[in-house]
Formats: sequence, structure tokens, C-alpha cells
Amino acid sequence: MISFELSTEQKEIHEMAMKFAKNEMMPKAMEYDEKAEMPMSILQKAWELGLVNTCIPAEYGGAGFTTQDAMIITEALAYGCLGMNTAIMANDLALLPIVIGGSEDQKKKFLTPFTESYKIAAFCLTEPGNGSDAAGIKTTIKEDGEDFIVNGNKMWITNAGYADLFVVYGTYDASLKHKGITAIVIDGKAAGIELGEKENKMGHRCSDTRAVTFNNVRVPKENILGNVGEGWKIAMKTLNHSRPMVASSAVGGAQCAMDHAVKYAGERIQFGVPLAKHQAIQMMIADMGIEIEAARLLVQKAAWYLDQDKPNPEVSSYSKAKAADMFMDVASDAVQIFGGYGYSKEYPVEKIMRDAKLIQIYEGTSQIQRLVIAKEIFSRS
Amino acid sequence: MNIFVCIKQVPDTETKITPNGDGSYIETSSIKWIMNPYDEFAVEQALLTKAANSGSTVTVVRVGGVKDTEALRTALAMGADDAILVESGDNLDSYMTAKALKGAIEKSGNTPDVIYTGKQAIDDDCLQVPQLLAQMLGLPSVSVVVECSEEGGKFTLKREVEGGALEVYDVSSPAVIACNKGLNTPRYASLPGIMKAKRKPLAQHSLSDVGVADSDARVKYSNFQLPPEKPAGKSFDAMDEGNQASVVSEVVKLLREEAKVI
Repeated sequence: MISFELSTEQKEIHEMAMKFAKNEMMPKAMEYDEKAEMPMSILQKAWELGLVNTCIPAEYGGAGFTTQDAMIITEALAYGCLGMNTAIMANDLALLPIVIGGSEDQKKKFLTPFTESYKIAAFCLTEPGNGSDAAGIKTTIKEDGEDFIVNGNKMWITNAGYADLFVVYGTYDASLKHKGITAIVIDGKAAGIELGEKENKMGHRCSDTRAVTFNNVRVPKENILGNVGEGWKIAMKTLNHSRPMVASSAVGGAQCAMDHAVKYAGERIQFGVPLAKHQAIQMMIADMGIEIEAARLLVQKAAWYLDQDKPNPEVSSYSKAKAADMFMDVASDAVQIFGGYGYSKEYPVEKIMRDAKLIQIYEGTSQIQRLVIAKEIFSRS
Repeated sequence: MNIFVCIKQVPDTETKITPNGDGSYIETSSIKWIMNPYDEFAVEQALLTKAANSGSTVTVVRVGGVKDTEALRTALAMGADDAILVESGDNLDSYMTAKALKGAIEKSGNTPDVIYTGKQAIDDDCLQVPQLLAQMLGLPSVSVVVECSEEGGKFTLKREVEGGALEVYDVSSPAVIACNKGLNTPRYASLPGIMKAKRKPLAQHSLSDVGVADSDARVKYSNFQLPPEKPAGKSFDAMDEGNQASVVSEVVKLLREEAKVI
């Protein structure tokens, strides 16, 4: 019943994505981190090779990957650079609501262009005053003749400065709480969109993160995903898919940190022998192996549920919480093994540790994941 | 044009090599196989030639073990049209390999207009197969090619010679062209390419299907060994100014007589 063997095709996908990560992303990762600049030529190349927008179904020009395939790709790209992977993954986060909640016409209209050239999408849920409490959205979507008018402020929007398309959550009627929340697709060039300065972040520095203000932005009615008031449902289903993906990126980042640590432990001589001969280091490396594999298995299980069309929010949150916390620990231990050198930008684990922190925060903090999990557990008791 | 590419599957460059039990070959059970890196230049050049000549096909041929078909699948995913695998052991000698490649190309029914290969395989480094194959097929061959242009079946090839100079050859099709690093930048197999590769035709033959018999072997491999470990380097203490002159003359003497580098 259970098989952990990747298919021949999946092995080839993994190999190709790892080759791209090692040859194209890793050599430039630190440079773009320092410059805090979107690596457009690398992203363009990734798109040309089919590594971007893995969520688009074959009917709309996508490659027709399973969720498991998409996880394999994400793990490899995150191994190359967490920041570049965030720019790539944010496209999926923004396109998933269209895949999940869009009509046939909307999918054709909005998804297909992403398969014809490299385009960038941004998902706008969080607001300056509403992070974890996403249902308290203040952005408004009001009917006006044949259109809707969108007004509000969004915060921490990945890809904002380059977005060809925004998927925005707002409330149609605040008194309806969750049931008033509506998702709408907005063209990146629509009048009334104002971008904030690029945020100066601790990690994932090459990805473009900004505040976005929607100022009386007029959007045609046919851009509403599903019906008015279905936005919350669509957002939750999206997060069900995207959380294992984020978890998979943590597995890739942690694997990279561990591989660096293993290599260094074999080279660095202390007390006359390589670090790898000291049990204290062996314990840390063994724990990394255990924790990474455990998180990877949770990602695979969450992806399996999605491929069976039996989404399981509890397991999606297990994977996200476990992988994010695991990544932070592994990255911190990798720096520890490198000692003083690990704290220096001369060695790659310093950046990985900064990048790890964000995984515990975005797409639901580690604490929010536990709230989701506890709610599911208590709902059964 | 009928474009053929001959490729070899070799151990990944990061593989730790150990001889097998009876010393007849290396231990292959845990090896990760890759396409010989020089052959990637050959595949890329074949795809470039195909792109410049509409209606061309690229057929990739490999002689070797069937356990993994990594290298052939990679070539198909990069854009080759079909593949031929001749099943054999992994340590065929150069003569048998060339003869099997010739048999497989002839058996395909397509007369080659050009055959690209890598200049050498990075596992046994024999550098013989392209020349043997050309000789057997009665075709001209040029190796260590770093520049290649083609127009109307005429190839202009530049090859590296000692001292970094380039020799220029004008060669008419058909010919065997053995590619060196620097000729081009091999493309990645794209993900859609990988998905498409599994539907492309892959013909399989045995050695006898392509006219090769055990008696064709020219080399018998009998004793694979690891090279002896390097002895530890010598160190000299020249911190004390008093003995610096004698240390220097000792080092110079050793460099001249023992290391024979000056």
C-alpha cells in the first residue's frame, strides 16, 4: 500500500532541479542576498525550464505535475536559495486561488498567460493590522455598477514590485466576518495601485516584499473568484496546498545546511582529528538527519492527501510547523558546527540561518499551525 | 539530416570508486550514473545542428549495462528524437564498443550524415572509440573539436592542438566529430522535456543483434587497483635564521633529485 520510492520521472525531475539549484542559484545566492535584488535572469531561466508555476494544470498549459512532483521541485530550489525560491513559490501561492476557486473562463484567462511567458503574481491577504488574525480584513470590495471598487492596505506582499497580477482578499460586508471575505483578481497595471518601498529584511532578501495600497481600484465583476463571500474558503484551501510547499522549502534549506555542515566537519581539524570524529558533532549531524527526514515524510504525506483529493488541513499544518521549527534548529546547529566561521558571511550557513527564521513566520506562524492542529484535534473529542 | 550521437554512461564524478571482489572491474552496485560530460557537448551540438536543418532527426546511441538508462533519458529529455541501447556489460573495451555502435547505427536503417561523440569518456579515458568507429565506417573523423559550423553538409571544424593553437578542418558529411569542452553550453533537460522523454522510442538490442561476439574483445581486464596512497609531505623548519641557508639548500636538492621538478 505504501511506497516511498520516487518514480523514474520524479527522480529525473529532482536531479534536474538540483542541477539548476547548484549551478544557477547557489553561486549567485549570496550576491543577490547582499544586493537585495530580484534575480530576474535566474527566475526567467527557471521559468523557461518549467520550474515555475508548478500548480497550473495541463488543461491551461501547465506541465500537469502532481502535488508530490511540485514538492520535489520546491525542495530542490530551496536548496539552491530560499530567497529565490520564495519569489518562485509566491507565484504558486497567488495562482492557487485561481486554480481552486476560479471558473473555467477565469482559469483560461488568468493562468494560461503564465505558461506563455515569465509573469509574476502576488497573493495579498495580510494587512498592516491583520497578520495571524487574517479574518479581520479591513480592505473593502464594494459593488459599483458593472465593477467592484477595491480600497485598502496590504502588507508583506511577496513579488509586489514586479506583479503582473494580484489576488486580493477584501471584505464585501465586514459585519458578515468570514462570510464577507471575497477574493478578486486585479491586473498589475490597474489604476490606483500604489507600491511601498522594498522592505529591508533579515533573510530572503532577494525576494521583493512591499506594502501595497489599493486606492479606489476599479475591477470588472468577472474577476471575482467563485462568488462574493467565498474568499475565506478559497484562502483556507489555498493554504492547505501552500503550507506543505513551504514545509518542503524548509526541508530543502535544512538539507543544504546539513550538507554544508557534513562537508565542513570532514575537513576541519581540531584536537588532531576532523570534527566528524568528535562524538559531540556526530550527535548534532545525526539529529539533523533524523529531523530532516521526519519533516520530509510529513511533507510527502500532506502532498499525498492533496493528490488523493482528500485535503487534510491538520496534516498540512503538521508539515509546516514541523519543517519550519526543524529548519531553524538545523540551521542554527549548522552555524554551531562551523563555529566562528559559521557566523561570518564568508560561509553559506550564515545566510541559511537568516532565511530559516522566515519559514516559522510566513503562511501561518508556527503558533498558528498549532492552533489549527489543536482545533482539529479537539473537534474530534 | 540523420544525426547520430554516441554517448556513454559513466560514474558520477563525485563517486568513490572501489575495485570489485575479483578485481575484474569496479564495484557498480552503489554508483550513481551520469552521461559522460564530454558527450553532453555532443548532444548539444547535435541539437544545434538539428535546429539549423529542418526535418533532421537526432538518434542517440549507447552501449552498456541496462540497470540505469539515465544517460539516454537525459539525452531524450534534452531534445533527442529517439534512442538505441545495446545491452552489454559496463566494461567493454574500445574496439567492441565501436563495433557495437557501428552495428547499432547500421541496424537503425538510417544512413548517418554526421555522428557526434565526446572526445573521451571520463571513466577509462581511452580516447579511442570515435576514431575506431570512423575507421570501421570508412568516414573521416576529427577529435578535440572546440568550434563547429555547418552549411549544406560541409563542416568547418576547429580542434585544439598542443600549445593552445587551433587546427582548422573542412570536412564533408558524413563524418565523425568528437567534441571537447568549450564547444557549446549544453542545455538543461527542461521539465516538459523530461515528461515527454518517456514517450519517445527506445530500441534495445543485444551485442549479438548488432554483430558483436565475445571473440571481438581485444582487451582482458584482470586487475583493477586503487592507486597507491600519496606519502605525507615533508616539512622543513626555517624559522630559525641560523639554519635557513642549510634548509634552503636541502629543499633545492630534494626538489632536484627526489621530486625532479627543477
